[in-house]
Amino acid sequence: MVSGAEIMVKCLELEGVQIAFGYPGAAICPFYDFLYQSNIRHVLVREEQNAAHAASGYARSAGRPGVCIATSGPGATNLITGIATAYMDSVPLVAITGQVNSELLGRDVFQEADITGACEPFTKHSYLVKRAEELPRIFKEAFHIASTGRPGPVLIDVPVDVQQAEIPEFHYPEKAAIIGYKPRTQGHALQIRKALEAIEKAQRPIICCGGGVVLAGAREELIAFAKNSGIPVCATMMGIGVIPMDNPHYLGMIGMHGRTSANRAMKEADLVILCGARVGDRAVSAPQQIAEKAVVVHIDIDPAEIGKNMPVDVPIVGDIRIVMRALADQVKNTVPQEWLDQTLGYKKTYPSRGEPRTDSVEPRVFIRDLSPMMQDNAILVADVGQNQIWAARNFNVKEGRFLTSGGLGTMGYSIPAAIGAKLAKPHRQVVAVCGDGSFQMSMCELGTLCQEGVAVKIIIMENNRLGMVKEFQDRLYGKRYMATVLKGDPDFVKLAEAYGIPAARAETNEEAKQLAARMLETDGPFILVCAVDPDVPSI
Amino acid sequence: MKYTLSVLVENQPGVLSKVSGLFARRGFNIDSLAVGVTEHPEISRMTIVVNGDEYIVEQVEKQLNKVIPVIKVKVLQPEAFISRELSLIKVNCNTKQRLEIMQIAQLMNAGIVDVTTNSLTLQLAATAEETETCIALLHPFGIKEICRAGTIALEKGSGVTAPSGKK
Repeated sequence: MVSGAEIMVKCLELEGVQIAFGYPGAAICPFYDFLYQSNIRHVLVREEQNAAHAASGYARSAGRPGVCIATSGPGATNLITGIATAYMDSVPLVAITGQVNSELLGRDVFQEADITGACEPFTKHSYLVKRAEELPRIFKEAFHIASTGRPGPVLIDVPVDVQQAEIPEFHYPEKAAIIGYKPRTQGHALQIRKALEAIEKAQRPIICCGGGVVLAGAREELIAFAKNSGIPVCATMMGIGVIPMDNPHYLGMIGMHGRTSANRAMKEADLVILCGARVGDRAVSAPQQIAEKAVVVHIDIDPAEIGKNMPVDVPIVGDIRIVMRALADQVKNTVPQEWLDQTLGYKKTYPSRGEPRTDSVEPRVFIRDLSPMMQDNAILVADVGQNQIWAARNFNVKEGRFLTSGGLGTMGYSIPAAIGAKLAKPHRQVVAVCGDGSFQMSMCELGTLCQEGVAVKIIIMENNRLGMVKEFQDRLYGKRYMATVLKGDPDFVKLAEAYGIPAARAETNEEAKQLAARMLETDGPFILVCAVDPDVPSI
Repeated sequence: MKYTLSVLVENQPGVLSKVSGLFARRGFNIDSLAVGVTEHPEISRMTIVVNGDEYIVEQVEKQLNKVIPVIKVKVLQPEAFISRELSLIKVNCNTKQRLEIMQIAQLMNAGIVDVTTNSLTLQLAATAEETETCIALLHPFGIKEICRAGTIALEKGSGVTAPSGKK
């Protein structure tokens, strides 16, 4: 006989899961009891939301689904923000929650919450398991759904009695057979030809690279396509890192907080090739205006994204990697030199802002100083707020990664995500950049960091403000600083010491540079606090 | 404009809430939604009537296709399908009025399913327009209660919406 809980652990093992992030509770205890006997490493976080964020950081770095676990009721509801964050950025997650006894479902018993119902808008799919016999099929399907097509989180809610139930034997299906789920991967040949024709006709083409390129692992293919076609490239925030910032064809990040060079080129283009970019409002504020002037080619694995936010002339549904390879192999370089001179000239017209300071750390300059000090394959995890924009605009991702919560914009993402990323790639440098606001949203995870011995470096941009909101108040609300001053900040260096984490505080750019070198040389975690002037803008 | 969609889904709990939740979340307007099992017991058919333009109906179709238990979505072409709506109409009816109402019922192809000394209940399976006409004809007698089921529809001819997977 084999129990539901044992089956759950066996399924995870057979899926090759090595690490799971979680927080136990009564309704998930049978499962944890079998995890005790497993080789799967369990990382105990300090709050469930961070289990989902850590699994997200792990998934994005490892390129395979991350697993997070919580108990019923509040454990499960705490996961929601993490699940929603992963959903918005199409990160493959399998979230497992305990549930109250199935016979008591619907009676509002202790720690009962309808988590499949609550997560409905934020999951690619969800299961409420009714019988232990269904567990193998459900786990097989969950991992398949989470990691294929447009990736996303899948939730499996398992009542405690289903975990305890015993069935005669365990058999894990080899394949998931889901009648209504068959993502298309090959781009339609005719559509690819239409795209090539549009490229040939275009006088002012631009490639817009989104997060889909990263998810598809199509970096090499996109670079080849850009090189062979000669078309300049811009990126959305989620597409940062596909093309290194110093690549001569790269115009920078587009959007509300993007580079003027990239935004101007997008506005003036007569052909926009959207690659795995869903035209979110922060990336493209007026999609109709662009579409009126330009032919739009949109490549995405999710057909529902094509035409959702921007009218499209040439839709191509497929795996970006396959479509990019086809385009790269067939495209000819027909870009007029004039257009190249014009767009690449914008990069000089609109240089990076900020000068080194001696009264505080100028954050934009500091990120530009930090960038070349880090290893080429380093992973930078930016939080949400001004720190995110400083990092996105000034950090040069060479062969590494730039991770951030781009879609949902979840503060507190960076530390747990960095923990997950470091556990996935233990030999790479992983640095989290956050503000003093976002740091305090997940500073409890310093405990996880110490317990698990994860060598994540944390940079806190301390301006005692919720800087991004303050900036809105500066520009739009008559400098009435309602609820954006953080008066109760602790001494972060002392806080780090309390955890036994080495830390230092920088008051000038010169100091910050030296301390960053020390931070990167230090084994294990390190916290670098940068004193930042509250009036430094995002861009 | 009204569009009629024929949607095949896996016959399992929670599918209806996934579909109706999707409509609410994305701000699509449902006119009616009817569900019932098909010739395959593991598959149900939802007939959904949506109010919107071409952009909306394309979005509805694409978003529905993303719901995992949704097997097939077909936007039925106007004039190329038959649709019916089932109604039960309880109308005031004294002995003098009975014959007149029975004539209306005959005219509208409605059946009489319940009679009392002061009421009559009609059963009607008709298109939405015919149902409206019938209700209008019965209105002068005083309608006590109406219960209308959502529209169901099938394509005309021998063609079928088969669960061959999504496009």
